[in-house]
Amino acid sequence: MIELQNVNKWYGDYHALVDVTETITSGEVVVVCGPSGSGKSTLIRTINRLEEIQGGHILLDGRDVHDPRLDVNLLRAGIGFVFQQFNLFPHLTVVDNCTLAAVQLKKMAPAEARERAMALLERVGLAHKAQALPAQLSGGQQQRVAIARALTLKPPVMLLDEPTSALDPEMVGEVLLVMRDLAKDGMTMVCVTHEMGFAREVADRVIFMDQGAVLERATPHEFFNHPQHARTQKFLADIRSPFEHGAA
Amino acid sequence: MLELIDKYWLYFLIGQYPGGPLGGLVLTLILASLGLLLSLPLGLALGLMRVSPWRWLRLPVTGFVYLVRGIPLLMVVFWAYFFLPSITGVKTNQFWTMLIALVVFDAAYLAEIVRAGIQGLPKGQMECARALGLPYLKAMRCVVLPQALRHSLPSLVNQFISTIKETSLGYIIGLTEVSFIANQINTLAFTKPVEVFGILGLTYFVLCFGLSRFAHWVERRMARQGLGGRISTKPAA
Amino acid sequence: MIQFDPQMLLAGQYHDMLVAGFKMSLQYLFYGLCLSLPLGLLIALCRLSPFKLLRAFGTSYVEVVRSIPLLAHMLFWYFGVPEMLPTALKEVLYESPVESICAVLAISVYVAAYMAEDIRSGIRAVPAVQLEAARAIGLSYVQAMRLVILPQALRLTVPPLISQTLNLWKGTSIATVIGAAELMYEVGQVESQSFRSFEAFAFASVAYLTVSLVITGLASWFQHRYPVRTM
Repeated sequence: MIELQNVNKWYGDYHALVDVTETITSGEVVVVCGPSGSGKSTLIRTINRLEEIQGGHILLDGRDVHDPRLDVNLLRAGIGFVFQQFNLFPHLTVVDNCTLAAVQLKKMAPAEARERAMALLERVGLAHKAQALPAQLSGGQQQRVAIARALTLKPPVMLLDEPTSALDPEMVGEVLLVMRDLAKDGMTMVCVTHEMGFAREVADRVIFMDQGAVLERATPHEFFNHPQHARTQKFLADIRSPFEHGAA
Repeated sequence: MLELIDKYWLYFLIGQYPGGPLGGLVLTLILASLGLLLSLPLGLALGLMRVSPWRWLRLPVTGFVYLVRGIPLLMVVFWAYFFLPSITGVKTNQFWTMLIALVVFDAAYLAEIVRAGIQGLPKGQMECARALGLPYLKAMRCVVLPQALRHSLPSLVNQFISTIKETSLGYIIGLTEVSFIANQINTLAFTKPVEVFGILGLTYFVLCFGLSRFAHWVERRMARQGLGGRISTKPAA
Repeated sequence: MIQFDPQMLLAGQYHDMLVAGFKMSLQYLFYGLCLSLPLGLLIALCRLSPFKLLRAFGTSYVEVVRSIPLLAHMLFWYFGVPEMLPTALKEVLYESPVESICAVLAISVYVAAYMAEDIRSGIRAVPAVQLEAARAIGLSYVQAMRLVILPQALRLTVPPLISQTLNLWKGTSIATVIGAAELMYEVGQVESQSFRSFEAFAFASVAYLTVSLVITGLASWFQHRYPVRTM
C-alpha cells in the first residue's frame, strides 16, 4: 500500500530523513516511535506531501506521489491525516467540519456527506455534539471529531501524527479506543505516538527512528522484550524508569 | 450660534443641491461609503496577493503597498487629479478623482489588514485544509478567510472611520464635501469661525465616535461568542 | 504626452522652492515630534491615573481628537483659535509665522491622541503577573514599575510610536490647506507656475517615500535590536 524507497530530506544542512526504506501493507497498523527530533513526524508528513523530499520515492498503491501528472489534492483526499493539534475549523460546526471537504471537492452530495458524517460521529461517540462548535468541546472530543473528519472521505489509509500528545492524560484513553476500533476494522494506519500501551496491543509492527534513520523494526513483542539496537534499548529504558535515568 | 445653524444647516447638509452639485455632509457620507465599498474587494485581492506563494505576484503587490503607504493621501489625490485626465482622456471631475484616490489608498491599507488577519491564524488551519485535499484557493475561501475576516472586523470598521476622515481632503481639490462647505460658510458668516469650525468638528465627532462605539460593540459580541481572537490578560496598570 | 525633464529638479528656481518646502516639512516633523510625544505621554498617564476626573479628561481628549480629521483640526487652529485669544496675544501671533505655528500645533495635538493610546496599550500589555512577581520578590511599586514594567512596556510601545511618527510625517502635507509653505504647498506653487506637474510630483513622492522608508527602517532596526521577549 505505501512504499518508501530511500527517502531523504534535508532542512538546509540538516539531514532530517536518512535513506528511509519501508513497506506498509494493506490493513497493517504501524507505530513509529523515537526520541524528539528523530524525524518521525516529518516522515509521515512526506507521505501526503505536507513536507517535500529531496531524494528517493514514495509510492501509494504503486503510484509515485510526486508524479507531476498526479493532482496533489486528489492524493491528499485519499489519505486521512490526523494532527497533533486537532486543527478543527473553529468557525464551523462539528458536522460541517466533517462534511466540508466532501462537499467542496464534489465527492458526495451534501445530503450523503452529512449522512456519512453523522454515522462516523456516532461511531466515535459524538453524534450528540454534531451542531456544537469546536470551542465547546474538550480536547479529547475535538480529536475524535478530527478522526471522524478524516474518515469522511473514505480514505484507504490513515496517518496519525502524535494524536494524543496534546491531550490531558484523562482524555487520552477515549481517543486510543477510537483508534483501536479503527485498526480492528482493517484500516491501514501509520501512527506516530508515544503511547506504548497502544503500540503493544494494537500495532502489527513497531518502527524505531533516531536522527532521521530507521534503526529498528519488529513486532511489538520483539520490540519491547528483545530490542536489538543499543539506542532502542536506551529509549525503552528511559521511558520505563525516568527516575533511574543516568546522566543525560 | 443658533441663527448660524438656522441659516446654513441645509447648505451644510446637502450643499447647493438641487441648485448645484450635491455637497455637504451627504456628499461626505456617499463618498466614504462608496470608497469603502469599492476598496474592500480590491483590498481583499491585494491582501491575498501579498500572502501568495508566487513571488511574481507577491513582490509587485508588496512594492505597490509600501509605495502607497509611504506617501501622504494628498499626494495620491494630486497624482489622480492631474494625471487621470491624460490617462483616461476624459476630464475627470473632483468626485471621481477623490473616489479613485480613496479606493487606491484604502485598498493598500486594507491589504495589510487582510494580510495580518491571514497570517495571524495558526498555520495548522491552512495545512489541515490542504491535508483534506482542498486546493489552495478553496482552502482560503472556506477555512482561512472566514476566520481571518471575522478577526479583522474591528480593524475594518476602523478603516471605514478613517475613510470618512479622509474625505476631508476633497477640500483641497475643490470638492464640495462638508469641510469645504464649512469653509464657505465661514467666509459668508465672517465673524464666527470658532462656531463654524466647532460645528464641523462636532459633526465629524458624532459620526466617527458613533462608528467606533459600534466597532467596540462588534468586538465584544464576537468575544462573547468565542469567535474573537484576543486572549485577555489583566493589564498591569 | 507626459514629458519628463529631470533637469528642473536638480537646479534652478523650482528646485530651490521644492527643497525649501522639503526642509520646512522636516522642521514640522521635528517640532511636531517634540510636542506630541510628551503630550501623548501626559494623556496616557491621565488615562491610567486613579483619579476619575483625569481619566475622564484623558479619554475625552483621545476620543474627540481622533474622531476629527486633521484637515478640520488645521482649519480650526488657523481660523478659529486666534479669534479666541486676547487681542495682544493675537497680534503677537500674527507677527510670527502663524501658518507654521498653527500647523505644528494642529498636528501635534492630533498625533498626541494616537500616541497616548499606543503608550497606554504598551503599559497595559505587560501582564499583571509581572507586577505581582516583582512585588513578590520585595520591590516597591515604583521600583517594580521602573525596573520591570516600563522596560517591557517600552519595547512594546516604540514600534507603534514610530508608526505614529510616520503618520505625523505624512500629516505635514495637510498644512498646505492653511497656506503653510511646506513641501506640498511648494509642489502646488511649482505646478501652477511651470505646469511641470509630473516632475514636481515625482520629487515630492520620492521625498516623502525616502523619509518614510527611513522611519520604517528605524522601526525594523529597533525590533531587531530590542526584540520583545515574552514567555
